[in-house]
Amino acid sequence: MLAYVARRIVQSLAVLAIMSLLVFAGVYAIGNPIDILVNPQSDQSEIARATAALGLDRPLAEQYFVFLARAATGDLGNSFAFNVPAIGLILERMPATLELATAAMLIALALGIPLGLWAGIAPRSVAGRMIAAGSILGFSLPTFWVGLMLIMVFSVWLGWLPTSGRGPTTSIAGIPVSFLSIEGLRHLVLPAANLALFNLSLIARLTRSGAREAMQQDYVRFARAKGLSERRVVGVHVLKNVLVPVATVAGVEFGSVIAFAVVTESIFAWPGMGKLLIDSINVLDRPVIVGYLCIVVALFVAINLAVDLLVSWLDPRVRLGAER
Amino acid sequence: MRPALALLALLALAAVLAPWIAPQNPYDLAQLQLLDSRLPPLARSAEGAIRWLGTDDQGRDMLSAVLYGLRTSLAVGLASTALGFAIGVSLGLAAAWFGGWLDALIMRLADLQLSFPSILIALVLLALLGQGLEKIVLALVAVQWAYYARVARASALVERRKEYVEAAIALAFSDARIIFRHLLPNCLPPLIVLAAVQVAAAITLEATLSFLGVGLPITQPSLGLLIANGFNYLLSGHYWISFFPGVALVLAVVGINLVADRLRDVLDPRERRG
Repeated sequence: MLAYVARRIVQSLAVLAIMSLLVFAGVYAIGNPIDILVNPQSDQSEIARATAALGLDRPLAEQYFVFLARAATGDLGNSFAFNVPAIGLILERMPATLELATAAMLIALALGIPLGLWAGIAPRSVAGRMIAAGSILGFSLPTFWVGLMLIMVFSVWLGWLPTSGRGPTTSIAGIPVSFLSIEGLRHLVLPAANLALFNLSLIARLTRSGAREAMQQDYVRFARAKGLSERRVVGVHVLKNVLVPVATVAGVEFGSVIAFAVVTESIFAWPGMGKLLIDSINVLDRPVIVGYLCIVVALFVAINLAVDLLVSWLDPRVRLGAER
Repeated sequence: MRPALALLALLALAAVLAPWIAPQNPYDLAQLQLLDSRLPPLARSAEGAIRWLGTDDQGRDMLSAVLYGLRTSLAVGLASTALGFAIGVSLGLAAAWFGGWLDALIMRLADLQLSFPSILIALVLLALLGQGLEKIVLALVAVQWAYYARVARASALVERRKEYVEAAIALAFSDARIIFRHLLPNCLPPLIVLAAVQVAAAITLEATLSFLGVGLPITQPSLGLLIANGFNYLLSGHYWISFFPGVALVLAVVGINLVADRLRDVLDPRERRG
């Protein structure tokens, strides 16, 4: 187990190193940020001063090592647009994104598992067929268009929910959150539902196929033969075997929920890191783009590592297979 | 299968014939009348022409805009899939055939890329490269190749142990000939299914990126950009400007996915789902 953990950690660090190089080289090598950041009317000496101040006149390799050394201490440079530390700007918006992503994942799990079980136990029933068809639709519909339609129906036509923003926040240990007030929840519902749709479909499908397979197994027949209630057979014996793959996928997908929050945040003007990324791309605010990518890459690597370790702990076959 | 296929054929035909069947050329400014701006569906323009799907803020006929947008979206989706297929399959087959360091290099690169969501990779590339038709195609190809490489390699590893390959080696055919004339045709079924799914994914991703304002430029509006434009008017109740482009996008993507699902059942029995 220890050897497996050590190897996974080394792998994760290697991925981090490669990604930081790719991200940096890409963002800094192409295009000339000075054209965008300095007023085009300013004279040559002002441009030279700004270039030196931003460190853009040094060789690329030197810029990378400066960047790496500073990144290690949490300093990713100042935002060109706001002139405040980029990392602070991103971290400030991170709780909003994490709250949205967590809410979306909870919705996806809370609805996806029961719906998937239902469809898996009664695949030929009308409800079972509808859940299966609905999950295909959930995969196919473009997330951003669903978001627009949610706004159109629930905000514009029915007037039930606000169209955008985060609403008032309550502070827990200095971190602002929306879910503790009614008004905050009203702002959270639509974006969270929008972001949940894809994973809701994915989890429902996964649970459905897992449950269908489990229903054919000997242990289910044995549990029935023992005279257990159907409720116990499904709720304990089937569910337990369905949960391992669902937990794995939910863990891995949490990273993509954070990535896809870029879209949902843009539509609902949710003040998270994703909206910050899009705004920064539009003004070519490189330190913020690089900072966002570093943080998201680190988050991804950490999530993947955590999920792998969790799965190897839950299911010894994975660990043993990897060690062979 | 039949209805989905018919729907797809109809959409493809409409996209190809857009310049001839659209009521107006939506990007010829001389044909636009500000007087006609934001007409609801079925209203008549100042000239008396009926606007089936309404008009946008510049008085552009939405039916025409949707037809032209569909043309752009389908073209970008198909072109990027074709390119991604060619590059990914070549790399995957090469990895399986030559093995060794080439195999390790290609497949680790694919692993690295597939551990990040496609939208993140595409966003980063477009942030670096800027806007443009060829840039978005490049970003979509970069996102897709790894899927093809993986599937092609897996199929080729199975196929290369078979006798017909041994026979080809015994006949001293060149590597390229064995790979493309013998291995490739036998690896195709799962790749075709994947390509069908990927066309839909590419169209959706392009629409999403264009919606976010980092995809196609305003001079070549795809469905995503039309939806983004309409978003500004959605809040004031002018729903049709983003609703109808969205419907066209959904029909295309769902149609392709349904056909891909059927293709999977026919071509790839191992993957058949109950």
